[in-house]
Amino acid sequence: MSGSDGSAGGPVRVFLVDDHALFRSGVRAELDRGVTGSGGADGAGAGGDVTVVGEAGSVAEAVAGIAHLRPDVVLLDVHMPDGGGAEVLRRVRPTQPDVVFLALSVSDAAEDVIAVIRAGARGYVTKTISGRELVDAVRRVRAGDAVFSPRLAGFVLDAFSDRPGAAPPSDPELDRLTRRERDVLRLLARGYSYREIAGELFISVKTVETHVSSVLRKTQLSNRYELSRWASDRRLV
Amino acid sequence: MTDPATTPFRAVVPRPPGPGPTPARPVPPAAAARPVPPTAASTPPPAPTTTVPPASATTVPVPTASSATVPVSTVPRVRVPGPGGPVPVASGSTARAPGAPAPAHPLQRHRSGRLLGGVAGGIAAHLGANVLWVRAVFVALMAVGGAGIVAYGLLWIFVRQEDARVERVVPARERQQALGLAALGLGIGLAASALGNSSLGWIVGPIGVAVVGAALVWREADEAQRRRLTGGGRRAGWRAGLLRVLLGALFVAAGIAVFLLGRLDLGQVQFGLLAVLATLVGVAVITVPWWVRLVRDLGEERSQRIREAERAEIAAHLHDSVLQTLALIQRQSDSPREVARLARGQERELRSWLYGGAVQGRAGRSGAAPTPGSGAADSLVAALAAAAAEVEDTYALTVRPVVVGGDRALDAGGEAGTNGALRALVLAAREAMVNAAKHAGVDEVSVYAEVEPDEVNVFVRDRGAGFDPDAVPADRHGLADSVRGRMDRHGGTVRLRTAPGEGTEVHLRMPTAVSAGQAAAEERTA
Repeated sequence: MSGSDGSAGGPVRVFLVDDHALFRSGVRAELDRGVTGSGGADGAGAGGDVTVVGEAGSVAEAVAGIAHLRPDVVLLDVHMPDGGGAEVLRRVRPTQPDVVFLALSVSDAAEDVIAVIRAGARGYVTKTISGRELVDAVRRVRAGDAVFSPRLAGFVLDAFSDRPGAAPPSDPELDRLTRRERDVLRLLARGYSYREIAGELFISVKTVETHVSSVLRKTQLSNRYELSRWASDRRLV
Repeated sequence: MTDPATTPFRAVVPRPPGPGPTPARPVPPAAAARPVPPTAASTPPPAPTTTVPPASATTVPVPTASSATVPVSTVPRVRVPGPGGPVPVASGSTARAPGAPAPAHPLQRHRSGRLLGGVAGGIAAHLGANVLWVRAVFVALMAVGGAGIVAYGLLWIFVRQEDARVERVVPARERQQALGLAALGLGIGLAASALGNSSLGWIVGPIGVAVVGAALVWREADEAQRRRLTGGGRRAGWRAGLLRVLLGALFVAAGIAVFLLGRLDLGQVQFGLLAVLATLVGVAVITVPWWVRLVRDLGEERSQRIREAERAEIAAHLHDSVLQTLALIQRQSDSPREVARLARGQERELRSWLYGGAVQGRAGRSGAAPTPGSGAADSLVAALAAAAAEVEDTYALTVRPVVVGGDRALDAGGEAGTNGALRALVLAAREAMVNAAKHAGVDEVSVYAEVEPDEVNVFVRDRGAGFDPDAVPADRHGLADSVRGRMDRHGGTVRLRTAPGEGTEVHLRMPTAVSAGQAAAEERTA
């Protein structure tokens, strides 16, 4: 994924994966409304709109549908009967590394959130997110950025915090957050938008995005105990 | 109490409520005692209470004149409800009102309230006779070449046992009486065999002893099974049960030994022993698969029961919470605000139930909150979540607290100053949430708490209207009093960032390493 054409290109083609048909139709309606409504109030610009190109209610359907439709962004439910979002990620990513995943779930459990992030999702938002914010999040992951809900930011901060008695990190580059990354995460957890964070820290939005992406990479690749434990608690790693 | 003179067995049979032969009587609470163990016989007749002799008094049943002739009339009539609750109607042989027609009673051995195999009780119920007479007949038959014990044994083997749900209570005294009768019968049989000097006598005597032993063991096995089925009382009395089994085995061994020695043919004894040994080994080998299956079935049944119990618990919870809320939502469907409030509250409740409470972050747990208004929250995270839940419920907006850095007890014992300070912090945060909910005009408030070793920071932020702090009239209390005053008193600080149109963020910082004296002084001045 080139990462630069996100906000400028055509409509973002979204594929919905959720085992609740009711929820799929709700998200579809909200995404449509989000486009026609206030759209793009924040950050990524209001260039392209969002179209839902397909839906799937199970892992198998999702894998087939994504392979066939080649969407830009997949909105992925974490909990599904036959393996869940992580299973979809595992089966799609090797063949289609360009498809970006945004996890969307009712779950607040760190195990779920971290597991799906480590399986390759570029962001995690809860299902209570408003339509406008969801459109923003879709645009943002389409543009190659990461999307951290305040709760995910909290989890990651917790996972990377140094506790007394903890084993020293084996790979400092991956297992530690820089001070700046920590600041950014903290502001994310406080409910700040990227633009607000940029203003607060006197850096550009682009720099904020870079920091968040770096945090995402570390979250996905680090072997810190909490991260691997959370992920393995769900047997998803 | 229709028939106080003779009450050998009290049969309490579960049946649908309705007019029965006798009206149901209230159950005395003290009567909820287990049926008396069969061998606790030689204790003196107790006063008319329902106390049972301790199960550990495992003595060999000795026939005594007193225990065989105790009048039954002083025995209180007690009834124990079956496991399914109070059971309405008694239908025993003597619990019927005089003159009422006997209900059809198939011949079934009694399971509950029996002494040996429940044979006598079953026959008594079947014939509508007093169990005492049935037993007396068996005893009398013992005099005829030991026919009584043979008849009893055959009936025991061939008569079906009744349903396990039937519960009845036998008064201790009647039990002693029956035991006395049994011992008497045994004595008569032995005497008859000794006097008669017939070959039957030689067989009946020792075999009789062996049969008694076997009966003890079987009965204990039955009892153990019942205990397991009913799920309770597993520990209670296992020692007595073991004693009974050992005693029974001793009886069996002694009986067989006497029988064999009576033959006095060593060669035959040896042959017999070998044959028995071979048979036992053969039976053991043959029945191995059966035992294995039995054990496996038991394990499966147990896990099945656990699963069902869990399922029932989940169903009960969903019924009490989610279904009720859905019903409420349907009824309130014309009020979106109320629907949102209900849904939010229910979601919070379900989350905390599913994901295990308010602890989010470090433990990998999440969600909110104990129920709003529960002042019982004693950790910082729980208290914050409870406050957020309360504000959510009261002002119909979303408050999602995110806590980083682990939890902290509100009344941390180690640091004396922490106590009031953290509570004040939570209250101040709650006030800030209320302010945002009231004045910002938003439907979401962000709450972020960061717990560090020496201080706790809470940020309450909204993206709403914002205001000019200098323009707030002096008589407005909210932020000035509830937030700033509270924080100041406990050594905390408040930073307010707001401007019209840019939302508001209240930053509460509370150091947690305040010395005790300082905190106390602050409390006094407050």
